[in-house]
Amino acid sequence: MEEFVLMKGNEAIAEAAIRAGTDGYFGYPITPQSEVIEYLAAAKPHERTGMVLLQAESEVAAINMLYGGAGAGKKVMTSSSSPGISLMQEGISYIAGSELPCLLVNVVRGGPGLGTIQPSQSDYFQSTKGGGHGDYNLIVLAPASVQEMADFVSLGYDLAFKYRNPVMIQTDGALGQMMEKVKFKPQQPRSKKSPDWATTGKTPDRERIIITSLDLDPSRQERFNEKLQVKYRTIKENEVRYEKIQCDDAEYLFVAYGTSSRICQKSMQMAREEGIKVGLFRPITLWPFPYNEIREMAGQVEGMLSVEMSAGQMVEDVRLAVEATVKVDHYGRMGGIIPSSEEIVEALKQKIIGG
Amino acid sequence: MTEEIIIAGFGGQGVLSMGKILCYSGVMEGQEVSWMPAYGPEMRGGTANVTVILSDNKISSPILDTFDTAIILNQQSMDKFESAVKPGGLLIYDGNGITRHPEREDINIYRIDAAEEATKMGSTKTFNMIVLGGYLKVKKLYKLESVIKGLKKSLPERYHHMIPVNEKAIHRGLEIIKEVATVN
Amino acid sequence: MAENAITTKELIKKENLVYQKTKLLTDDVMHYCPGCGHGTTHRLIAEIIEEMGIQSEIIGVAPVGCSVLMYNYMNIDMQEAAHGRAPAVATGIKRLLPEKYVFTYQGDGDLAAIGTAETIHACNRGENITIIFINNGIYGMTGGQMAPTTLVGMKSSTTPYGREVSQMGNPIKMTDLVANLPGTYFVSRQSVHTPGNVRKTKKAIRKAFEYQALNKGTCFVEVVSNCPSGWKMTPLESNKWLAENMLPFYPLGDMKVPEQ
Repeated sequence: MEEFVLMKGNEAIAEAAIRAGTDGYFGYPITPQSEVIEYLAAAKPHERTGMVLLQAESEVAAINMLYGGAGAGKKVMTSSSSPGISLMQEGISYIAGSELPCLLVNVVRGGPGLGTIQPSQSDYFQSTKGGGHGDYNLIVLAPASVQEMADFVSLGYDLAFKYRNPVMIQTDGALGQMMEKVKFKPQQPRSKKSPDWATTGKTPDRERIIITSLDLDPSRQERFNEKLQVKYRTIKENEVRYEKIQCDDAEYLFVAYGTSSRICQKSMQMAREEGIKVGLFRPITLWPFPYNEIREMAGQVEGMLSVEMSAGQMVEDVRLAVEATVKVDHYGRMGGIIPSSEEIVEALKQKIIGG
Repeated sequence: MTEEIIIAGFGGQGVLSMGKILCYSGVMEGQEVSWMPAYGPEMRGGTANVTVILSDNKISSPILDTFDTAIILNQQSMDKFESAVKPGGLLIYDGNGITRHPEREDINIYRIDAAEEATKMGSTKTFNMIVLGGYLKVKKLYKLESVIKGLKKSLPERYHHMIPVNEKAIHRGLEIIKEVATVN
Repeated sequence: MAENAITTKELIKKENLVYQKTKLLTDDVMHYCPGCGHGTTHRLIAEIIEEMGIQSEIIGVAPVGCSVLMYNYMNIDMQEAAHGRAPAVATGIKRLLPEKYVFTYQGDGDLAAIGTAETIHACNRGENITIIFINNGIYGMTGGQMAPTTLVGMKSSTTPYGREVSQMGNPIKMTDLVANLPGTYFVSRQSVHTPGNVRKTKKAIRKAFEYQALNKGTCFVEVVSNCPSGWKMTPLESNKWLAENMLPFYPLGDMKVPEQ
């Protein structure tokens, strides 16, 4: 029986990575997520499971090491923060275009540019709408606790291998740096078998395997794109995840994920003490986004406030979901500022109830 | 029960580890806990602070503007957090280096001269444990054995020989904390 | 027909066979221009893999550039890398499949411009991979633009009056650079412009694969090659030009050999 331990979110991701049977971690240090690679380095994963750990010369190199390892059929992951994730976008596009599984962690900090090292959610567009070039989607998981930071590592691998698609855990500096109690799953053995699509050396019993995203013939490339879109539709139908908190009697709704959803829970308690019946809808998968489930809530509530640590990115998806049937507004702080629970209650009153 | 605490002082005073031990004590008694440090450039040589929440229930926001208790260990933190104590709340401070003492009249104020006491005990590293002892005296949150278990959990094994010294420091803190003003 | 002349039927008899295409090359028609060194170098690699009997043990990494479609011609498992990233991709494969042979095949734009960091750091870490570096002093695929290896005074579509040092600096000698790194085990510069040189190149590449099994560090072979289309010459002219202009600046030979 595993017991609870106290751990930072970043450390929990690292420990969970070893236990999930990760074959290789390739990364480059950047605040506020360097604890991931530091924890791994101290934990001697090679002795525990044979897991490979390599500090690359750049995020660009790291994501391409992932591409190589993923093409070899292995469970590979990296972690970084916003500017580093920007550097990885080319590689992420190649991985998606070559239909390879891998796990990416973005511990988001405020931008644009070098920005700040404080927490932010301003990479929502980048994670959910593309990021790199071409028609592709990542599966994006948004944990809201240290326990979920750990749990989403193995969930992420399961989804990545099920769909042969990169999965991103999108979190932020607050969840990465905070400690909560967490219970880990038992150690999973590293897989000894290679998937049949992996480059492991051409044996006489099979055709050679080529991992590529290149096809110079437009009609073949279009057929491939259509195949990808079929896959994405399947993911949309089967993998939407969300949590509804005190939504049954809600007359108003907060829509928030990750750290913002935690703060909104407190705002919800405060508002309810004043007699305002507000619920919280927390998307867990940012892609695929729970459009249908939010649309259902539009019939029940009088307004929705999307609370994000950004200028308002997810709010566009909330608006898309409700198709103008109910009032939707956004409240957020930027630049690494975390909104207070009090501010959010005030915003609800001004923008949704009184507005 | 929910207790929302800010512990603030200089880097190197053991602010973060004190918060961690408190959290682990809560875990030992089956509570929910959260530990949220201020991170970034503030960490380097300057002030350090951590928000600790201990609760019987699931914790919502780990980030707070007001607190049930502020444990204040330098003047900058006094200036920043005295006003953040909820009315009727608790402020504990170390008098060492304090030039402006707390002025609020709607909160309970205790003083613990832990820096001085740690020097007397011959180990400045026990400073944070003296403060912790003082806090536990006022709040009586946990059984001492849970705190010692929490201490064991949060210290790497190579420092476990330090546990008796730290335990002694906690006891010292229980003894030396002084009431300055109370509102109840 | 003379009495002793050999008939076509007799000619294709097995005992009369003097040369055949290695089975490690597919039957796909190569897209390379006539006279280009890529085709020769591909053949050498395929022959070596066949001769060493390591088809099931090897994974290749193709670059971006003229040899982007290399995987169409090699009957082995391959991955196509983003521009310049082949050494990082190869690092990922080799670290996770350490018992396999892993090689990259890269041109000068890929290896010496956009991928300089990946090249230097893979070599510096001493990754147990083989890097084959085709240097023809020009960007062939995109239509003959200047490469970092373009010679001083050499014309390209982006240096139509010749490369000027004051503007573009000097050509970079990547092979000399990596030979200086402790992480490399075997470093050699060869060419494929004459039959004799082809044989020497084959020996060097074979060593670069064989040494990989020793886990002693990166093996790096530069092949100084021609680009008849980009240089706007006939194949013969380009080989002559290579000997007269490229080789004085990029002299051939082993630059780092294992100590006996």
